[in-house]
Amino acid sequence: MAHASHHDDHAHGPPKGIVRWLTTTNHKDIGTMYLVFSLAMFLIGGLFAFVIRAELFQPGLQLVDPAFYNQMTTMHALVMVFGAVMPATVGLANWMIPMQIGAADMALPRMNLFSFWLLFFAFTLLLSTFFVPGGAPAAGWTLYPPLVLQTGEAFPMAIFAIHLMGASSIMGAINVIVTIVNMRAPGMTLLKMPLFSWSWLITAYLLIAVMPVFAGGVTMLLTDYFFQTSFFNAAGGGDPVLFQHVFWFFGHPEVYIMILPAFGIVSEIIPTFSRKPIFGYEAMVYATASIAFLSFIVWAHHMFTVGMPLAGQLFFTLSTMLIAVPTGVKIFNWTATMWRGSLSFEPPMLFALAFLFLFTIGGLSGLMMAIVPSDFQYHDTYFIVAHFHYVLVPGAVFAIMAAVYYWLPKWTGHMYDMRLAKWHFWLTAIFVNVLFFPQHFVGLAGMPRRIPDYAAQFADWNMVSSIGAFGFGLSQILFVWLIVKCARGGAPATAGVWDWPHGLEWTVPSPAPYHTFQKSPEVH
Amino acid sequence: MHIANRFLRLSVVAGVAAMLASLPASADWRLVNMPRGVSELSREIYSMHMIMLWICTIIAVLTFGAMIYAMVRFRKSKGAVADQKMLHNARLEAAWTIIPVLILVGMAIPSVEKLIKIEDTSGSELTIKATGHQWFWQYEYLGTGVSFYSRIARSSDLARQKGSGIDPATVDNYLLDVDKPLVVPTGTKIRMLLTANDVIHAWWVPDFGMKRDAIPGFINEMWISVDPDKPGTYRGQCAELCGADHGFMPIVVIAKPRAEFEAWLAAEQAAATALAATE
Repeated sequence: MAHASHHDDHAHGPPKGIVRWLTTTNHKDIGTMYLVFSLAMFLIGGLFAFVIRAELFQPGLQLVDPAFYNQMTTMHALVMVFGAVMPATVGLANWMIPMQIGAADMALPRMNLFSFWLLFFAFTLLLSTFFVPGGAPAAGWTLYPPLVLQTGEAFPMAIFAIHLMGASSIMGAINVIVTIVNMRAPGMTLLKMPLFSWSWLITAYLLIAVMPVFAGGVTMLLTDYFFQTSFFNAAGGGDPVLFQHVFWFFGHPEVYIMILPAFGIVSEIIPTFSRKPIFGYEAMVYATASIAFLSFIVWAHHMFTVGMPLAGQLFFTLSTMLIAVPTGVKIFNWTATMWRGSLSFEPPMLFALAFLFLFTIGGLSGLMMAIVPSDFQYHDTYFIVAHFHYVLVPGAVFAIMAAVYYWLPKWTGHMYDMRLAKWHFWLTAIFVNVLFFPQHFVGLAGMPRRIPDYAAQFADWNMVSSIGAFGFGLSQILFVWLIVKCARGGAPATAGVWDWPHGLEWTVPSPAPYHTFQKSPEVH
Repeated sequence: MHIANRFLRLSVVAGVAAMLASLPASADWRLVNMPRGVSELSREIYSMHMIMLWICTIIAVLTFGAMIYAMVRFRKSKGAVADQKMLHNARLEAAWTIIPVLILVGMAIPSVEKLIKIEDTSGSELTIKATGHQWFWQYEYLGTGVSFYSRIARSSDLARQKGSGIDPATVDNYLLDVDKPLVVPTGTKIRMLLTANDVIHAWWVPDFGMKRDAIPGFINEMWISVDPDKPGTYRGQCAELCGADHGFMPIVVIAKPRAEFEAWLAAEQAAATALAATE
């Protein structure tokens, strides 16, 4: 405290220029860096998706070789999951958690900065694999052996990049937990905490639980590759399916790591624009916690076709179906929050509502996949691709966009261009359906995923899907332009920004001063 | 501002119209839904899929209906005032926790029954071993000495090369044709043993309903059976990413009546014996 008191009487600003961004330990600066990084990765991952959809525009191979196509699908997934969605939610956590719980900063500011730069170097390493002999990893983001062991020079680079990302995520998670547990303002009991912070607290525990498992799995791949161990090599007494179990023990909680913060965001936005507190607050907290718990016992539903014993298939079917219950509670509570509310449709609300509808579609197709007999048909087809893109794009990504539209005036101090935002919304929401809905059809009709070329009967819907993809991608230029415009200027935003603001972040001026809540606020 | 809003509405209408306009392309139901298939298992899987699809559609209609009603009825612009006392309702919350559990139990029971049947390979009359290679299949009729490789047909392989200048539309069964198809008897329970020589592959013919991974070092099993009245040619593909040419290792199965199959197998056996004698 003696050290901190030195700063107490004068709120000092950041250093100028590049030095600020290299050395800052301020949660808002680090949050901004995470968000900008995430946006850049969203565009790079989107570029890979563009190559994929351009090749699939019509039958035949026009643009790329099959091997390069596989690099595109693999890198698209790795970049979007670990580079775009996760860092975006970490950026939001950095910005908003201290402001929501009335803390001056994150608890461990230097570690905070370290975890950002680890992520930066992880992706520098991962993206540079395009320039080494053999090209980028091409075995899918699931990295199944033995196929992944056919990767060229990129192999150790990708593994090390994953190690760095994992370390970065674990540090970020520790920081969130320590901040929330220790630095809440007086009177802010856990069950008064805003739902975005709650969802992140639970997400952070998931990260700490599963990232080391993933790191262990890929390290075993590394020793199989370089030191002739046989963890996953049947000829040496190992088991290639073991990797799939380890991967999905990480991988299933990972999908909740991406979606729980999205749930938190939507739980902030729907009340604001319904002018009414969230319905069933405690049920929302418990539902999030149940989803997190269940996420640890459903992993093998990703691998029903590997030939599991009947008892295993039944267990994973039933546990998977159970997830529908707390997820349903959340959907119903959001709907009940709007019920007898006073609704208005500003851009954050539009994205949150699109989330509500389209995530539900993704959730329901997920329920269909829990049923093993039909999953034998769905598995590894475009039906699966459609499902997880519905939960990840109009699910997680829409929630992140909603969050940006919700808090951008608080970050920049300027209102953004509402008309442009609405254009962005409608174009994005329409094209995302043109892009992903037809993929249900081709999947059911028998088109496998991860193929660069397809039989003639899938041609029509693939072309529709590709048109949707181009429209969706181009619409994001509006998003980037809107953010740049808003950062540069615009009508000044009030402290509350919205008509019915609720929560501590709306009690500080806009833009939020460099240091907020150096004196703890009182929460009643 | 008003003009912009009208443009927005128009673009929504245009988008929906464009989607509807593309519907004629889907007039063929087989292009948008799971095939009913030609075996007992595939029909049961199809019926399970359709039950789930309808239940999910009904749930979606009800949930979306409530959401849309709220969005229309409780608009601030229409003068709606928020009821800020509406914070929870134990009875309602219990209902929307318990009712889904009951629906799920209702879904689970038939699926368990079907699953038990699917996993029961007993009583099969013929065993065929399929081995996945990068990037072709090998089939062995166990106990008969008949064994052969099955690769993508030359016509598809030429057309699929980048810059081949061949229009895929001019190729018969583009990417779904092989040089030597698997031949099976109709009306027979056939046990398939699946394994692989290099990386993981998956054997899948949608009309048979089943898909299973072929994993090096493991032997997986599943059974297929083609209806006696449905002889014909059925096509599928490898369904597990297996490297660069994953998209180019099709599966073609010709189902023949029992007697024709026996004749075919005898001829294959004779050819195999003759080949062995010359070596």
